[in-house]
Amino acid sequence: MDFQGNGGALRSPWKMAWRKLRRHRLALMGMWVLILLHVFAIFADFFAPYSELTSDRRRTYHPPTKIHIFHEGKLVRPFVYEYKRVDTLRNIYEEDTSTMYPIRFFVRGDKYSFLGFETDIRLFGVDAPGKIYLFGADRYGRDIFSRLAYGGRRSLFIGIIGLVISLSIGLIYGGVSGYFGGWVDNLMMRIAEIIISIPSFYLLLALSAVLPTNIPPDQRFMLIVAILGFIGWAGLARVIRGMVLSIAKSEFVAGAEAIGASQPRIIIRHILPNTMSYVIVNATLSIPGFILSESGLSFIGVGIQHPVASWGNMLSEALNLSSLTRYPWLLVPGFFIFITVLSYSFFGDGVRDALDPRSRTV
Amino acid sequence: MYRYILRRLIYVIPMLLGISSLSFFIMQMAPGDALTTMALSPDVTDEIMEAMRARFWLDQPPYKQFFRWVTQMFKGDMGHSFLWHAPVTWVIKQRVFNTLLLTVVSLIVAWALAIPIGIHSAVNQYSWSDKLLTFFAFIGVSIPNWFLGLLLLYLNLTRGWGLPIGGMTSIDFAEFTFWEKVVDLARHMVLPVIVLSTGTLASLMRYMRSNLLDVLRQDYVTTARAKGLAERVVIYKHAVRNAINPLITIFGFQLGGILGGASLTEIVMNWPGIGSLMLNAVQGQDYYLVMGNLVIGAIMLILGNLTADVLLAASDPRIRYE
Repeated sequence: MDFQGNGGALRSPWKMAWRKLRRHRLALMGMWVLILLHVFAIFADFFAPYSELTSDRRRTYHPPTKIHIFHEGKLVRPFVYEYKRVDTLRNIYEEDTSTMYPIRFFVRGDKYSFLGFETDIRLFGVDAPGKIYLFGADRYGRDIFSRLAYGGRRSLFIGIIGLVISLSIGLIYGGVSGYFGGWVDNLMMRIAEIIISIPSFYLLLALSAVLPTNIPPDQRFMLIVAILGFIGWAGLARVIRGMVLSIAKSEFVAGAEAIGASQPRIIIRHILPNTMSYVIVNATLSIPGFILSESGLSFIGVGIQHPVASWGNMLSEALNLSSLTRYPWLLVPGFFIFITVLSYSFFGDGVRDALDPRSRTV
Repeated sequence: MYRYILRRLIYVIPMLLGISSLSFFIMQMAPGDALTTMALSPDVTDEIMEAMRARFWLDQPPYKQFFRWVTQMFKGDMGHSFLWHAPVTWVIKQRVFNTLLLTVVSLIVAWALAIPIGIHSAVNQYSWSDKLLTFFAFIGVSIPNWFLGLLLLYLNLTRGWGLPIGGMTSIDFAEFTFWEKVVDLARHMVLPVIVLSTGTLASLMRYMRSNLLDVLRQDYVTTARAKGLAERVVIYKHAVRNAINPLITIFGFQLGGILGGASLTEIVMNWPGIGSLMLNAVQGQDYYLVMGNLVIGAIMLILGNLTADVLLAASDPRIRYE
């Protein structure tokens, strides 16, 4: 059906939104950065020269390796030198210029399994005994660059998984509360308000105390995600409920009721889809919140715990002021968090402009 | 108005009941109880443990414990902190003022800077200064405040800014004269206040900018200009006043985030507030202190929201609460 008389070229709202988004330069930039970061994290085994837990006690607080491209005044393929520790107490290193270690690509390194295959191909590396630490090493001589890739798996995906949890609870809770109204609504909203009225970080801290201490890192990760999701839903539920209240009065809902649709069907099929554009905008804008909460918790030592990496717990070493001043490369993970959050806010801004014509860019 | 405030305050009571049940429930889920860490100590005999359990009602079923805790709380007693060997209320009282001082000063700084910057950005829309400020606002919103804290500490130490690195006062604070005390406290506050106010400042100035831009497009602004008022009068007397009102609503929303952000700032900057107290309590499994902190945090948030609503009503004659 073509009511616009424009030759059947009726564009769907999603296509129109995509066109708008494509014109938003900052949003696109944010999107690409995010894609890169996620790919980096998913294929961490390939991009990282060392595995997550590979440590080297002889190279504690190894500074970032310098990459040289000139040798005796001539341009050569990039190479590094091995570093010798000249002061074991203060971890001062010097380059040992006797041997050059050219950077090789697709080298064999630590083993890992990828899609069921056992392999050891890694993107880059140097021949032993040379070592390449792009962003330096931490207290145990672990490569910060590699740990950033592995830590990204937790720090980045916690945002998405946490969001899915809080979205599902928030949508159903808000939908039911708004649709039924009356005392059900009243009771459900009072419960949501209790959660909203506790500063969320306090609640997070208290809940992290509940976690059993001796559980495998994967389980702890899942529990932290669950906690984050549990805290995030209430605010969303309240807004959804308000929207559902007004949608529930509309004619198409009355129509659906008249032809005998069941209540769950009306809520899920007819009412909730109408809140979609708000939900999508809210979703992209709230992912950074989850990422920040996780990294904050891990940073102060109650989130994801060593030896497993997360961007937050990698920074916790920097809480020690003498390490911070001597080994400033410990701060690198913080810049990754910052860039991720920045990209999400650019992207979220673009999505909001594209999906919600009434809202304005703040 | 007074009736409205009174009603809101009465409404706080069932909320507090809900919050305390939630806190109690969370702590029931935790492994062990408030005395578990104590039981690990070799000096403590079984008899002492029994006596302690009985004294703190830990040998009673959970619902009895809960009733006791809630009734005691409404009498102003939140239980005993095993970490500090003191009543929870006393421990929290030592810290609440510090947290309030830090958050209130940061809020004042953020607002005092955000409004003029927002006005400047809106009036000079798309100028290079507006673009630069927008850029900084994006950075300010996106940088985790604890990371900003680390960066500032690093710069402070390596660039020789000479600011104190943590704590609230110097060691010999007690011997200072009044003015020396004020200066000392202010010097300790510089970094935490920068850290805590940055995020709020950045988002507030963006809101102020877009609100003012909206208002400047209104008909009454055109009218004011048409009748020949000076641009300064149009902006400051007519437009700005209307652009500030929506910010007060945002203030209510931001409060929870600021209180949460304050706890991380306190931990990084070693500020003795209830945020860092909460972390100690969680790590030390000091359950009554955790519950007390949750309740106090919630009370601060609820009262802050109430203040925001009252301020909004006071500043906007269109809003009347009944």
